[in-house]
Amino acid sequence: MSEKILLKGNELLVEAAIEADCRFYAGYPITPQNEVPERMSWRMPQVGGVFIQAESEIAAINMLFGASAAGARCMTSSSSPGISLKQEGISYIAAAELPCVIVNMQRGGPGLGNIRASQGDYFQSVKGGGHGDYRLIVLTPATLQELYDLTLNAFDYADFYRNPVMILGDGILGQMAEPAEAHPYRPLFNLPPKDYILDGCRGRAPRVIRTLFLRPSDSLVQHNLRLQKKYARMQREISLYEEFETADAEVVVTAYGIPGRVAKGAVKRARREGLKAGLIRPLCVWPFPIEPYKRAVKKAKSFLVVEMSQGQFIEDVKLALECRRPVAFLGKGGGWYPSEEEILEQIRHLAAACLKGLKTQRKA
Amino acid sequence: MEFRRPKTLKNVLTHYCPGCGHGIVHRLVAEVIDELGIRERTIGTAPVGCAVFLYDYMNCDIIECAHGRPPAVATGIKRVLPDRIVFTYQGDGDLAAIGMAETIHAANRGENITVIFVNNAIYGMTGGQMAPTTLMGQWSTTSPAGRGQLGEGGPIKVCEMLSALDGPCYLERVAVSTPKDVLRTQKAIRKAFEKQIDGKGFSLVEVLSMCPTDWKLSPKEAVEFVNEKMKAVFPLGVFKDR
Amino acid sequence: MRIIIAGFGGQGVVLTGNLIARAALKENKNVTGMVAYGAEMRGGTAFAAVIVSDDEIACPFVEIPDAAIVLNQPSLDKFEPDVAAGGLLLVNTSLVKRGPKREDIDRIFVPATEIAQNLGQMKVANLAALGAFVRHTALVKEESVRQAVKDLFSEKNPALTAVNLAAFEAGLEESRFRKAACSASKKP
Ligand SMILES: Cc1ncc(C[n+]2csc(CCOP(=O)(O)OP(=O)(O)O)c2C)c(N)n1
Ligand code: SF4
Ligand SMILES: [Mg+2]
Repeated sequence: MSEKILLKGNELLVEAAIEADCRFYAGYPITPQNEVPERMSWRMPQVGGVFIQAESEIAAINMLFGASAAGARCMTSSSSPGISLKQEGISYIAAAELPCVIVNMQRGGPGLGNIRASQGDYFQSVKGGGHGDYRLIVLTPATLQELYDLTLNAFDYADFYRNPVMILGDGILGQMAEPAEAHPYRPLFNLPPKDYILDGCRGRAPRVIRTLFLRPSDSLVQHNLRLQKKYARMQREISLYEEFETADAEVVVTAYGIPGRVAKGAVKRARREGLKAGLIRPLCVWPFPIEPYKRAVKKAKSFLVVEMSQGQFIEDVKLALECRRPVAFLGKGGGWYPSEEEILEQIRHLAAACLKGLKTQRKA
Repeated sequence: MEFRRPKTLKNVLTHYCPGCGHGIVHRLVAEVIDELGIRERTIGTAPVGCAVFLYDYMNCDIIECAHGRPPAVATGIKRVLPDRIVFTYQGDGDLAAIGMAETIHAANRGENITVIFVNNAIYGMTGGQMAPTTLMGQWSTTSPAGRGQLGEGGPIKVCEMLSALDGPCYLERVAVSTPKDVLRTQKAIRKAFEKQIDGKGFSLVEVLSMCPTDWKLSPKEAVEFVNEKMKAVFPLGVFKDR
Repeated sequence: MRIIIAGFGGQGVVLTGNLIARAALKENKNVTGMVAYGAEMRGGTAFAAVIVSDDEIACPFVEIPDAAIVLNQPSLDKFEPDVAAGGLLLVNTSLVKRGPKREDIDRIFVPATEIAQNLGQMKVANLAALGAFVRHTALVKEESVRQAVKDLFSEKNPALTAVNLAAFEAGLEESRFRKAACSASKKP
């Protein structure tokens, strides 16, 4: 067992990235993720890596485009307004099938919003954000241990599938401190050699990385079909979630990220009260883990979605459930945080409704 | 100098730290707008930076812009309402990093707007990261070994750079670190607005300003920093006047 | 236990939270910490929130603290009403002239700033407060805090280690404890 270290999420993220051999970071200051560029500014020089404070998030993501094309493991980080600026670049990187890691420590929006934590960028992360039919792998840690572990994995997913990976956190995850074991990096996959990078054509034919497909001979349609095949493969191969007390659960709470851990506390308390509650907590929201919902639907009478936004995550939950059970909602945007009490209250309410439903059924 | 509160300045306490230069510059802009009698036809643009709450202090129309985009937003306003007075108020990160493209192109088009550029050599609002105008060797939270160690290049001299363009009609660099400088700044701001009123084109006043909080200096030391260190790198004076 | 530590910026609020967290970590307890950030920091009071628990910690932010360590008057005014019934309030009597008012919570009184002054280092008032807190709550072992202080300061500045430890020891001894009046009946 490696020793536990105590750092803020933003700082731990830097340590994990460096452990995973990330050697290029570009970013632009924005609260609540400033500790990332600040720590990178002295950690990267120590390990022979590159730190650049870019002139904007647009510049930062384009620096990654170049660094990735040149073969470096690379990362950028920001928070909501800055991630909006990166969308164009993300679309290009996805189109060119280059690996990189993008971290979003979300804050309240829309607009300049505020600097409290939020999950308002869910749609942006999993449904596009930039233009065109592309997908990101979107990882959603809830504890600092998960943040560390998923950051190590993020670079492997990116290299293995040649696709941008997003770590979707929020201001709390970035700002909170919690002990975590700093495991040494071990690759998740047998990684293919990077035979696409541009490092000078000495001894080989020149290579091109491009996203413009004008001529019919190299049809953009074909390119899109190829991308879709890759995305379908990711959907078959990636499914990350925690299932807690779902086997006999009648009320299943589901949430990701920070609300996911708060919900777990509420579910534990509900169990202590004798209520049959359970939790499904995705650790990756694209690809979305469908199986635990399919399993839970057999027993569960109702579901409860908790999110720090106005009803985005709930749409994917309903799709996973194919609308076979009622889905209650607890969520607000703009920097609202759920409390264990609020979630517990909803569970009690739904459990009571289940009971009532049962009684009327018997009467009939 | 007059100590009456200008009409264009609201009667509220600012959120700025003790010794910050923003409050002084706000006051000077407000005084000039009063003197010129243009308050009711002036539209200001607020940046993202410590001055984001400009609308809390300035008693005229204000639009809050995305980070770095005020010159583009001001262009839009001015083109639609050419007889109004439009100004931007921007920090160094806003104007010379994320918004440099907007700055250069508004200047090059000779957009008939006035830019008030508060250069405090640091990112104030986000807690003291390196700015494009941070001095060589200056400590910041993202240049912990002093600027210049990680290939950041040197401080950008905005007035000198813009003076190479044909668009701008008036460029001057001033400071707010001595009473004399404050008087000079007020004159420069007045002139910049007058240029706009006369339809001469793009005017910009760069104001060297104090940020004691993020420089980790006392207000008195911060004033000395401007007078001794910043003025040496950013010489005061008129860079263009036509 | 959910703890809020609050005071002026510069009183070592964050450091105090850090030390509690490190001491708890040494004892293999679960712990989370959060400090105020961004614009919240402007204008005087800083605060940190620390949770120490034997169980997995679900919710990392603190709305109703079980204990508040307040190092100045504005922090007392702000956080006293939030403390859970039957909870605990530690007051730096050197800088608090009014209150505390509540009697349904345990109270610890320690002249933290005077202790620090007597040691010739104003900055260590937080450690005196921490000493008093640890003595009366036994949340973490005294020895774990001493170790955490040594871990944090030893490399950089051995002299600081000594004065911080001295303040901690003084805090352990020089505090008064007042039990809550009928706290049990007021628990929700
Ligand atoms: C797209 C985007 N990126 C980053 C930020 C975060 N941010 C807010 S203010 C600021 C820098 C402010 O510095 P400056 O313009 O020099 O103004 P000052 O506070 O020093 O007056 C940054 C990076 C943001 N709001 N939006
Ligand atoms: S941080 Fe600096 S620029 Fe911002 S208000 Fe304080 S002194 Fe002024
Ligand atoms: Mg600035």
